[in-house]
Amino acid sequence: MSTPKDLRYSEEHEWVKEEDGKYRIGITHFAQSELGDIVFVELPQVGDQLKSDEPFGSVESVKTVSELYAPLTGKVVEVNENLEDSPELVNESPYEGAWMVVVEIDNKAELDELMTAEQYEEMTAE
Amino acid sequence: MTNQLLRTPLFESYKEYGGKTIDFGGWELPVQFSSIKAEHEAVRTKAGLFDVSHMGEVFVSGSGALDYLQKLVTNDVSKLKIGQAQYTVMCNEQGGTIDDFLIYKLEEERYLLVVNASNIEKDVAWMEKQQTDNVVIDNQSSNYALLALQGPVAESVLQKLTKESLEEIKFFRFKEHVQVGGEDVLVSRTGYTGENGFEIYGTPEAIQNLWSKVLQEGKEEGVVPAGLGARDTLRFEAGLPLYGQELREDISPLEAGLGFVVKVNKEEDFIGKDILVKQKAQGVERKLVGLEMIDKGIPRTGYKVFDGDKEIGEVTTGTQSPTLKKNIGFALLSTEFTELGTEVEVEIRTKRLKARVIATPFYKRS
Repeated sequence: MSTPKDLRYSEEHEWVKEEDGKYRIGITHFAQSELGDIVFVELPQVGDQLKSDEPFGSVESVKTVSELYAPLTGKVVEVNENLEDSPELVNESPYEGAWMVVVEIDNKAELDELMTAEQYEEMTAE
Repeated sequence: MTNQLLRTPLFESYKEYGGKTIDFGGWELPVQFSSIKAEHEAVRTKAGLFDVSHMGEVFVSGSGALDYLQKLVTNDVSKLKIGQAQYTVMCNEQGGTIDDFLIYKLEEERYLLVVNASNIEKDVAWMEKQQTDNVVIDNQSSNYALLALQGPVAESVLQKLTKESLEEIKFFRFKEHVQVGGEDVLVSRTGYTGENGFEIYGTPEAIQNLWSKVLQEGKEEGVVPAGLGARDTLRFEAGLPLYGQELREDISPLEAGLGFVVKVNKEEDFIGKDILVKQKAQGVERKLVGLEMIDKGIPRTGYKVFDGDKEIGEVTTGTQSPTLKKNIGFALLSTEFTELGTEVEVEIRTKRLKARVIATPFYKRS
């Protein structure tokens, strides 16, 4: 699967997509494929505050638990409720159906620290 | 770990089948080929082929072999006939579990112990320390490879590769020098998945050859290569303990629910007997139970279990059961909380989540 060019990426394998001044966040194809079958996703609630580089939830595969690290600092304004009953969406549709949260961010400068698709591909290439 | 990881003779074949390897107790082994869930499902409905060549093979022979084994392990080895296998544990003086393994009786004075890979060195050192007269202990682990073919179609697939009537090898029985796919191997109707199936022991060359032959022969019937991830979820659902989690040197086989392998009435004394006899008579202070989460969350190895503010034990294995789709675990709990239906709390990261004690095994083949 190709890495969508219009997204930005964190070292912890989250993607960020700008939408009308808000930012949608999920995990990458690479991350879901490393984790294997996702069976449980734990997300924050609307109104919760995310802090860049700190855990905001977790993704569990059959075998392991992996924390989600916030790529940006900001307030959660939307949470993908579908993942509660259909965690497998993370494997099936990491960039579309399995978005995790939408945040309003405090500091746009944090965006500059994220990688482009090319940089992310380079980082995850063997 | 910077140490060079150990590899089985099948290492080079993993890639061909999409195997993804991880460090498994110092061994570079495939955790999955396609996906843990898909391989798990294949073993429950068709069959999976596992490379378990990392397991240790230790031969015990000589005129003193039986007496020696009777002292070494808790089960009654005198009950074994040639061609039979027996599950047992080996305890320390405190009644804690050094390892759990199968003993195969090959000949009147010759036995094969198939031990956990991570315990090979420890077991052999312990066995040598206990050595008595007229006993030869021969660790042949690196000269043997091992496949496990497990699942409802395992027998029909394997039968296509041999003239030997597999039907005649009953559960926990085995046969040496069976010709399978042109190779001379030991075939045993045993396994670690809760399904019908076989374990096949042979030289590295024989097993390399059979790996591809079995997969090719079984393709139409749905046999897939399966990794250690599925092996773990399968054994867990079937209620089988994993050494290092349900069994440890500080956990007795009675605490782990393995009373059926502790034969306190056998004639010979065995290591750990005094304490195990006492535990059997007075009951154990903690017991392994099944837990099912009531709240949303997945129990995992090492998570603490509470009754109110009181810590009452810990989870030894847990996952979302691929067959049952429930979040379940094994936990070692203070005995007073082990009645079926008892509600407890599992600490999952920052939260205490409700769970209930349920019966094991979680899965039984119909």
